[in-house]
Amino acid sequence: MNEGFDWNAAGDALPLILQGFKVTLLATVLGTLVAAVLGLAIAVAGRAPSRFVTVPVKVVMEFIRSTPLLVQLVGAAALFTSVEPLTIGIVVLGIHYATYTSEVYRAGIDGVPKGQWEACRALSMTPRRTWQAVILPQAVRNVLPALGNYAISMFKETPFLAVITVQEMVFEARKYGGDHFAYTEVFTLAGLVFLVASYPTSLLMRKLEKRLGH
Amino acid sequence: MATEPLPLQKTAATAPEDAVAVPAPRDSGHPLVRFDKVVKRYGDHVVLDQLDFTVERGEHVTLIGPSGSGKTTILRLLMTLEKVSDGVIRINGDPLTHMQAADGSLKPASEKHLREARKKIGMVFQQFNLFPNMKVLQNITEAPVNVLGMDRDKAETRARELLDLVGLSAKVDAHPSQLSGGQQQRVAIARALAMEPEILLLDEVTSALDPELVAGVLELLGDIARNTDITMLCVTHEMNFARDVSEKVLMFDAGRVVESGSPEKIFSDPEHERTREFLNAVL
Ligand SMILES: Nc1ncnc2c1ncn2[C@@H]1O[C@H](COP(=O)(O)OP(=O)(O)OP(=O)(O)O)[C@@H](O)[C@H]1O
Ligand SMILES: [Mg+2]
Repeated sequence: MNEGFDWNAAGDALPLILQGFKVTLLATVLGTLVAAVLGLAIAVAGRAPSRFVTVPVKVVMEFIRSTPLLVQLVGAAALFTSVEPLTIGIVVLGIHYATYTSEVYRAGIDGVPKGQWEACRALSMTPRRTWQAVILPQAVRNVLPALGNYAISMFKETPFLAVITVQEMVFEARKYGGDHFAYTEVFTLAGLVFLVASYPTSLLMRKLEKRLGH
Repeated sequence: MATEPLPLQKTAATAPEDAVAVPAPRDSGHPLVRFDKVVKRYGDHVVLDQLDFTVERGEHVTLIGPSGSGKTTILRLLMTLEKVSDGVIRINGDPLTHMQAADGSLKPASEKHLREARKKIGMVFQQFNLFPNMKVLQNITEAPVNVLGMDRDKAETRARELLDLVGLSAKVDAHPSQLSGGQQQRVAIARALAMEPEILLLDEVTSALDPELVAGVLELLGDIARNTDITMLCVTHEMNFARDVSEKVLMFDAGRVVESGSPEKIFSDPEHERTREFLNAVL
């Protein structure tokens, strides 16, 4: 049975794998969106003048970063049994990665020269307008490549979602493999799909990095 | 650079809600700027030690003194980029760094009070500090529109006038990174003028420029000094500029005014040994 590569099984499984890939992609895109927005919010909150804001944010981030994604997924699925697994997966991925993207934003914000803040103050600009018109546009530009890299690593971690029964690519692969005793074929396929999707994306990110790093 | 009047006369641009600190009338008998026993410390290091000095409305004052004597610190305190450790700075008699409580006592100013108070003051930095993410025009209109509440069309018209004044009409749509240092500094000057400040602070605004670009910027500042009623405080190592533009030179050393007087007096007949040494070193 396991002699050689069964091309028929591979062809048979392909539609299912691609179906799963759609879910994988959806989870990555939405998860990245959550991580990008939430990470920004955390980074800005971390600069708040009050410790009542910065300390709790720090504690929660430390907690999330020091527990495995898998444990967070299973824990959240157990806590929120009435919520769709895919939704839980997206939110947990997003929050998990937000703790990393917030660091990226923080570095991006720190990278905006002090003189920019001072110019804003000298022009009597409000803090809100300072962030919105001057600091964030410059910070975000600095962090785009790093955010892209996190999107790619999130993409590669989506198989964890299978554990909470999200029917993403690896979930479908395992199911088909188990039903037809064709693990080699399906996992080869799944691996190829990951490669085909993420390699060009990382090339693109590197290009973007070069273009922005003027 | 012509001598025609600059488009800088006071217009209705000043914000209507300018009532946080009721400004004293123009000839209130108060000097425009008064440092009253101002102390500035960084940790144990005393930078300004009970500093007293005044600047009258319309005066063009040059601050000179050795490196580390506190010249930048004075401008940064006036721009409220730094807080005083002790003492009071007054603008037109009103405390800049403090607010008058109901019982007449002074308490440190809130951020909101500061934002209101510093509208009267503009600053041009050594490193220009233009916003690189905005085109030249937006750099100039950003604060008039979003701080003063000026109508966008009007702000753009005025920005174009100011760019014309600084000789950069052609660069309206350029990004700061596409400009030379001298051009960037001219835009920064236009940006500060767009807020119609009563006081303009200039901290070594030509020292980051290539030598051949210095004269143009100084000439522009001379024009502004002659053609407007803006009060100017300049820190500069360009002694010729100090002589041509300012009526008063303040010589600082170790956070105190060593002597002050007309440029002619200070440069040709200084009273203090310290001033003489300093001038010998720089001239
Ligand atoms: N943020 C700071 N922290 C600690 N010390 C500071 C700070 N800013 C300025 N100082 C100190 O205050 C003193 C005065 O500095 P300041 O920049 O006002 O001098 P300056 O007269 O402008 O000198 P220069 O001609 O070199 O520009 C210096 O001894 C400097 O080291
Ligand atoms: Mg200085």
